[in-house]
This record gives sequence, C-alpha cells and structure tokens, in this order.
Amino acid sequence: MKKKMTTVTFAGTPEQELKLDAAIEKYGKDEGAIMRILQDAQEIYGYLPIEVQRMISIKTGVPLAEIYGVATFYSQFSLNPKGKVAISVCLGTACYVKGAGPVMEKICELLGVQPGETSADGKFSVDATRCLGACGLAPVITINEDVYGKLQPKDVAAVLAKY
Amino acid sequence: MENVNVKINGREYSVPAGSTILDAARVAGVEIPTLCYLKEINEIGACRLCLVEVKGARGLMAACVTPVTEGMEVFTNTEKVQKMRKTNLELVLSTHERKCLSCIRSRDCELQKLCRDYGVEDEEHFKGKVNHMPKDESTAFLVRDNDKCILCRRCVGACKNMQGIGAISALDRGFDTHIGSAFEMPLGATSCVGCGQCVVACPVGALYEKDDTAPIWAALNDPTKHVAICTAPSVRATIGECFGYEPGTDVEGKMVAAIKRLGFDGVYDMNVTADLTIVEEAHEFMERFTKGENLPLITSCSPGWIKYCEHYFPEFTDNLSSCKSPQQMFGAMYKTYYAQKHGLDPADIVFVSAIPCTAKKFEVRRPGQCAAGEGIYDVDYAITTRELARMIEKAGVNFRALPEEAFDQPFATRSGAGEIFGATGGVMEAALRTAANAILGENLEKVELSDVRGTDPIKYATYKLGEHTVNVAVASGTKNAGELLNKIKAGEVKVDFIEIMACPGGCVNGGGQPVQSAAVKATVDLKAKRAAVLYNSDANNEIRCSHDNPAVKKLYENFLGEPGSHKAHEVLHTYYIKRGL
Repeated sequence: MKKKMTTVTFAGTPEQELKLDAAIEKYGKDEGAIMRILQDAQEIYGYLPIEVQRMISIKTGVPLAEIYGVATFYSQFSLNPKGKVAISVCLGTACYVKGAGPVMEKICELLGVQPGETSADGKFSVDATRCLGACGLAPVITINEDVYGKLQPKDVAAVLAKY
Repeated sequence: MENVNVKINGREYSVPAGSTILDAARVAGVEIPTLCYLKEINEIGACRLCLVEVKGARGLMAACVTPVTEGMEVFTNTEKVQKMRKTNLELVLSTHERKCLSCIRSRDCELQKLCRDYGVEDEEHFKGKVNHMPKDESTAFLVRDNDKCILCRRCVGACKNMQGIGAISALDRGFDTHIGSAFEMPLGATSCVGCGQCVVACPVGALYEKDDTAPIWAALNDPTKHVAICTAPSVRATIGECFGYEPGTDVEGKMVAAIKRLGFDGVYDMNVTADLTIVEEAHEFMERFTKGENLPLITSCSPGWIKYCEHYFPEFTDNLSSCKSPQQMFGAMYKTYYAQKHGLDPADIVFVSAIPCTAKKFEVRRPGQCAAGEGIYDVDYAITTRELARMIEKAGVNFRALPEEAFDQPFATRSGAGEIFGATGGVMEAALRTAANAILGENLEKVELSDVRGTDPIKYATYKLGEHTVNVAVASGTKNAGELLNKIKAGEVKVDFIEIMACPGGCVNGGGQPVQSAAVKATVDLKAKRAAVLYNSDANNEIRCSHDNPAVKKLYENFLGEPGSHKAHEVLHTYYIKRGL
C-alpha cells in the first residue's frame, strides 16, 4: 500500500535538529548511511515528514528523491506522526471475519482520515494492525494503551468521544 | 590488461579479464538482449533479459553483471535461455500499457524489438491487476508516462549517477513501485534541470519530450503568420540517424532541403548567432578579465547548465555570462532587426528553433527573453532533433532522396568557430579565438586549440596571449560541472574562463538528440563521432573566427553598433534567478 503523507504541521525544535546532526555525524554522509540516519530521525521526530527528509538531504548531499525512495520502501518508516490518540484496528483473520472492516470504515468516516493517516490537527491517527492476540474479543481495537473488544460500528462514536 | 580464455557457444575466445559476459559475447559477435543495462550508468542486473547458461553454475546468470573467469563456458542462446527470456518479457509486458501504434517510441522501442525477436504476441499472457498513474506533464520539456514504465531505472541512473542530480528515484515497494520525485512532487516542482538525459536513456515510451510540433503545423498553415526556423550547430550532425544514416554523418544540405519542403518562410543557420554570441561573450570576457570582476566568467549557452547553476550553485549566477544563448539571440535579432528591415510585425512572426536539447523548451519561456516587447517571446517554439525528424516524416518528405540545399540569407554565412559550438570545448575554443584577437590584435596562427577538445569530463588549459595568461576550464555533464565548481569554491582551482555544457560531451549528446539503443551506446562512441562532423566542418571553413564572419559584422554595422553596446545589451543579454534547492 502506498504511504500516506501527512497534513499535520511540522513542529521540529532546534534540539531535535542537533540530535539529527549528531546522528549524521555518527553514521557518515554516504548513501549507505541513509537507512540508519532515517531510523534515528524517526526516533527523534516520531516520523519522517518532508522537512526532516529535506534536512537530511541537504546535510548529507544525498538527493531528496533517493531518501524518499528509502523511506517509502521500508514499512518501518512513517511519513505520518502518530496522533496523540493512536488508534489501531486489528485486521487479523478473526477480527476481520467478525467485522473489523466496517469498524475501520466507521472510524475513518468519523475522523475524516484514511488508514495510515493522521487527522490534520495531529490528534487522531488510525492504523491497521495484524493480530493483537485477543481473538476472543474480536473485533478488537486499541486506543493508546486501552483495549476495546467486541466492537460494532454503532459503538465507535461513543468510544471516540472518551478521547 | 590480462586476458582470459572463455568458450562462448562452443567457440573459444580470449577476452580482457574483468569483462562481463555481455561484453565478452560481443567479441563473439553475439548481442545478448538487455533492458535495464546501460553501460556505466545503470548496471543492476534487474530485468533478467540477459540471462545465459554458464556451465557448472546452478541457475541462469545475468550476463550484464557477471564477470568472465578463466575457462568459463557460456551458452547465450539455448532453448532454456530463450524460454526464460520470453517468460520475462511476458511478465514485463503484463503491466506495460501496450499502445504501440501511437507510441512515440514505436520502431525504436527496445522492448518492442525484443518482443518481436522472441515472438511475444500482444496477448495478455499474465492477466491481473495493472496500476495506472496520471502522466506528469508539469515541466515545459518532458512528459513521464509511468503506465509505459518498465522500472528498468535507466532514467534514475542517468539522473543520479551520470548527471549527479537525482531528481527522480524508485518510490514505494513491490507492486506499487514507480519512478517519481520526492513526496510525489511533480517534476516541475523539483530541481530537475531539464537536460533530458533520462529521455535518451529510456528504452520505451515512458519518457519523451513535450511535443511542440502541433502549434508549428498550425502556424505553417496560417497565411497571416511569418514562420521561420533556425537549426542548432549539432542537429545537422545527428538528424541523419533518424533517417537511417550512420552516427557521425553530416546531412546539413539534405536537412535544409527537407525543412524547406515543410513550408517555412525562412530556414536559417543558428551557427550565425553562435558567432554573434562569441563576439558578445568574448567582449564580456575581456571586460571582466581586464577589470578582474566576476571571474571566472562562465558560459551561458546551455540552459540545462543555467538551471543547474541556479538550483545548486546560486552563488555563481553573477559569474554567468549575461549573453543569451545562440537560440535566444537568433529569435531576438529576428523579431527586432529582421522584422524592422522587412516591415514585419513581430507579433505575426512565429520563430522556431530546432535544437538537440530539451532544456531549451524551458529557456524559451524564461523571463528576460522578449527583446521585441513584453509577451513577444524571442523564440516561440523549440523543437528537438527528434521532433524535427518527425515533422519531416509526417510531411512525407523523402529525406534520403533530397538534393543538398543551402540555408537562407542573411543568416547563412558562419565561421568554423560557430560550427563547433555543439561539442564540449567548442564554445571555449571559439571564444578564445576571438579573445586572442582582441588581446593580440591579430588572429592566432594556429586556431585549433586541442587542449579543450575531446570528451574528457573536465579539461584544463593555460594560454599565453601576449602579456596575459588566461587559465580556462571546460566541463560537460552537470555532475562534472558540480565537481569543477566545488574545486573552485575550495580554492583548489583558479581559472578565468569556464565553459559548461549540461550534457556529457555537449550538445551532440543532448537530451533532444536521436535515441540510440543501449547496445549502440555501449559499442559506438556517439559523442566523438557526432563531434567529428562539427570539427571537420570547421577545418573546411575558410572563416575560422566568429569576429571575421561577414554576416555578424553586418549585424553590428546595421543594427547593434559595437559589441557590448547599449543596443546589444537590450537585445542580446539576459539575467538569472537564484533558485536554490
């Protein structure tokens, strides 16, 4: 699936940039170092928006398109910040059979985002996950550390209202 | 170099150690098919078309990336190999938009040729999902049609490895993999310089110049329009390739005859304004050189180089010559001087240039390129060598059967210096011939300046002219240009005058030139062969220096006054933008 780009405004700090500089210093500026720099950058910023990738490009001299190519190749890299409220919908086999699809649709509809995206205010992010190991409660979603089981689309609005 | 002994299809050969199987097979007279391979630019072994059997190896080997070893036995054409290649072609075709009839690359498409060779029919052997993407038409110079893209990455290699830019890359993963720019930006929003080297690298019809022939046909059919054309120095050295001539054939006379049959009101030689450019630029150089201002002076004929400078080295834009390129000078002179002389309204003139370049399509709409008045572009349309060939073909003109004809006056007489503009080092050599005259008061005894000739990426030379010593450098290809400028920034190199062309080898190898297959590129030195046409022409010209061209002298006498005059600045000079990244 193609990676979704963010609509959340970038809010990087000078401290974060210093950490990024240190990572580049540590790994070097050749192409082979890009993956490790991106890993550190994701830890520093939480995600890899264009502002961060552009900084890496200018600081290393590696073309932005190439950095973006790496960032979109590996599923571990996210172009989207996790929301303050991070929703994960289990689309594992059991949850899927028990109707996780319609639950996901309802969540996306109410928040106005697609799976993998974050709402423009940075509050909610929605991701699909594989089996969470709570098949007995299917369909299951987690919101931050909270688990909600046996969820129906009609329950979604009430659950989201808590956040 | 040492040689190794190999057996290819049962015959013994001695080939240089370190050769790939692909190169070794050429010694045996066998061309192993490839799609993704482009010598020194993209050697990734991805398309699996070059698979061969190697005795003792477990599976089939990719010939383009496998080096030969002593005693190796290779079979390039077994039933197994043929079957695998056919299957791989069918897989490539399964996601390729098969619209060969209307495809710009029909007849010189490398995929089409291989499908014909291997008997792959137009049937959907592997049916399934196909991704569709909108065409990227965001630039003035090229179109990317990813529905035709076969993901060979030759364009990516040309952009990054050869030109040192990297405006494009392979994005996303697996079935979603596609070639594009960072964050799916349209190409027009990136630092792409428009050199078009990706276009001539593409084996299929996924990349092509933005076609500007339709409005030209319309103008040719409009009796109220005066439609004129000039052809760049290198087009005569390459357009023959579109009509079956060997690379390096000078077809100037037939080219002129063919264009005259398209109905233009004037068919002119851009070499004349190449000479004009030199007279202005040499004057500019002498001014800066004697004052020591804004040195090194850097040539400005190559619009791909200009855009590269504006993006990557904006601190050097004051070093650029303010002279317009020969193309722009031509349009500017035509819509001012020529229009006045012949009582033409510049608004009724459609001026076309035929050029070896895609970036010139961007140049024609740059600001500061409207000498005859606001909104009246010096040049209306810039068409590549390929577009000109297509126009000739569409008009049913039998190129090969034509007699040789001459350019129209008053833009027909050129010097040898103007002729060599299309090769790397040519502009420098031409400018030095004129600058030397300005310093010495007479022409050089030997006008051939061999130090700046040839296809080396970066060339340096020092010339002692009377009391002055002039240090020059020549770079072609933006990657090499970047390397040279970084050395100057670091103080490692000190020169007075630099020529830069965006394409490796100069305009003869431009992004608007006829497309040659990877096999031809690997075996024929296109840059040198095409450049030889220009140098031969120079050697046979009685006039060797731009300032001796009587046509140029007349332009100054009748219109411009002196080189660097107020009028010359109004008509022939321009300015640049610090774009940054």
